[in-house]
Amino acid sequence: MALLARRNLLHDKVRFAVTLTGIVFAILLMVVQFGLFLGFMETTSNNVSHSGADLWVISKSVRYFDIGGWAPFSERKLYQILGTRGVANATKYIVQYIVWKRDDGGTENIQIVGFDPGSKLGGPWNIVQGNVEDLKADNTVFVDDLYRERLGITHLGQVGEINGYRARVVGFTEGIRSFTTSPFVFTSFKSAQNYIRLPEEQTVYVLVTAQKGADLEQLKQDILARVSDVDVYTTAEFSWMTQRYWIFTTGAGVATLIAAMLGLVVGVVVVAQTIYATTIDHLREFGTLKAIGASNLHIYRVIIEQAIISAIVGYIIGISISFAVVYLSRRNEAAILLPWPIAIAIFGLTVLMCVSASVVSIHKATRIDPALVFKN
Amino acid sequence: MEAAVSVKNLTKVYASGEAAVRAVNGVNLDIHGGQVTMLMGPSGSGKTTLLSIMGCILRATSGSVRIRGEEVSHLKERQLPSIRLAHIGFIFQGFNLFPALTAGENVEYIGSLKGLHKAEARRRTESLFEQVGLAEKYNAFPEDLSGGQKQRVAIARALAGDPEIILADEPTAALDSQSGRTVIEMLAALAHDRGRAVVIVTHDNRIVEFADRIINIEDGKVTDRIS
Repeated sequence: MALLARRNLLHDKVRFAVTLTGIVFAILLMVVQFGLFLGFMETTSNNVSHSGADLWVISKSVRYFDIGGWAPFSERKLYQILGTRGVANATKYIVQYIVWKRDDGGTENIQIVGFDPGSKLGGPWNIVQGNVEDLKADNTVFVDDLYRERLGITHLGQVGEINGYRARVVGFTEGIRSFTTSPFVFTSFKSAQNYIRLPEEQTVYVLVTAQKGADLEQLKQDILARVSDVDVYTTAEFSWMTQRYWIFTTGAGVATLIAAMLGLVVGVVVVAQTIYATTIDHLREFGTLKAIGASNLHIYRVIIEQAIISAIVGYIIGISISFAVVYLSRRNEAAILLPWPIAIAIFGLTVLMCVSASVVSIHKATRIDPALVFKN
Repeated sequence: MEAAVSVKNLTKVYASGEAAVRAVNGVNLDIHGGQVTMLMGPSGSGKTTLLSIMGCILRATSGSVRIRGEEVSHLKERQLPSIRLAHIGFIFQGFNLFPALTAGENVEYIGSLKGLHKAEARRRTESLFEQVGLAEKYNAFPEDLSGGQKQRVAIARALAGDPEIILADEPTAALDSQSGRTVIEMLAALAHDRGRAVVIVTHDNRIVEFADRIINIEDGKVTDRIS
């Protein structure tokens, strides 16, 4: 049975290549479209999800991460938070749009991120050059490799200008993309305060880490009870709030989501059509099988085995190319993400698509006009 | 002697209403082991339909079909493959070998369908290849065989399940005269030497000399029987 299934596929190598091409195309389409969507999701809230904080304390009017700078609040709230039972640490944090001036005089919108380099909460990740400790010095910044050209940065130690202040580059990160197209520039809270002219006693966010074993929901309630005019969210909640904002209130998010769904549908259709055509190509052989005494169950098995073999080979090729595409995309501003759980899910989906498509063609194969085998 | 195949008042109607075509119309026929029976008649006379019904791959509209005394006309569709596998070997005009399998594997496949161990299936197949004179072609693919050789592989496949009944549809039509004669001699030997019931649908007048019985069919009816 397995022999016939395998040989049927390998006998007509051109046909098999066409089948595999269809499956590989479908996998690539799904990976790219879904990967772009996942990249979109990740990019919109990467600073939140990589913050290392347990809770975010934000002004009541803030609905998503990027606009926090419009609603700063008094740093007295920081001390109220620090005095709350269950809080291990709390630090001030800034995010604000501002203009970067290059050496050549050109300007670029950036999002300045100010954090406490001592606690490292909310700091940069994927550091490829430099040390976070270097940010303790005034007017020093980290920028991402992806945006070097836009910011006119070629090497460590180079100096740009932010709002009239020097900004010396002391480190580079890799792959910290900005959804708003304004690159993130990391600096210390104090420097960021200067850059954006934030009054001394104010902050934009407070990032909280809880004591080990603390109940985060209870801690949220306790902070809300002590601190007025703020909201408190877990990192996951604030990340999702930000993602949801960008997905559903901007055309880009919905378009990416629709493209991902279309990629899935087109992928399913391509695979279904390909597998169906492969089975129909062998209809006469299935008629012969039936005539010589094979049961319908036997024919089902041959057809499904063909589908599974095609799915496995197609997946191995497709996912290998996909990982290459994902790797190559790491230096683009639009990220394509392919986490392992998604790669595994796509394998399941590929097998499911191929088997489902073959089941549709089985219907045809098991209802063959028996006289077919007597026609020359 | 019990007939290998017995059909009574057999009718097969295609379509319905005014478009209805009676491909087989009230046929009564007994096929016995040890004989070569040839079904002859013009194209569209119903020969192949009758052969398909006798081979349990097409169901009659009405009438009785008995295979080795067992009534099969009322059996469910899913019960018929085991009847075919146990009692009937088919030989087709177009050979219908699986192009992706070697000649040997084509024949071994019947053994696997019957649940034989691989080694046993291979042993039987090698023996059949000796009988049909193709021992050296065991590992050849069908595309590398001549028409006559393909049909001899098909005969080996038809015999692989050790059936009592061999049904052949125009087995010589695609062959040159020499190959056709070789094939028909083999089929005749199966009937005369090994007691098989061999039914051959043919237009080929060159092979009628091998027939023990000739059944002429026109418009779905038996018009003449020559023994």
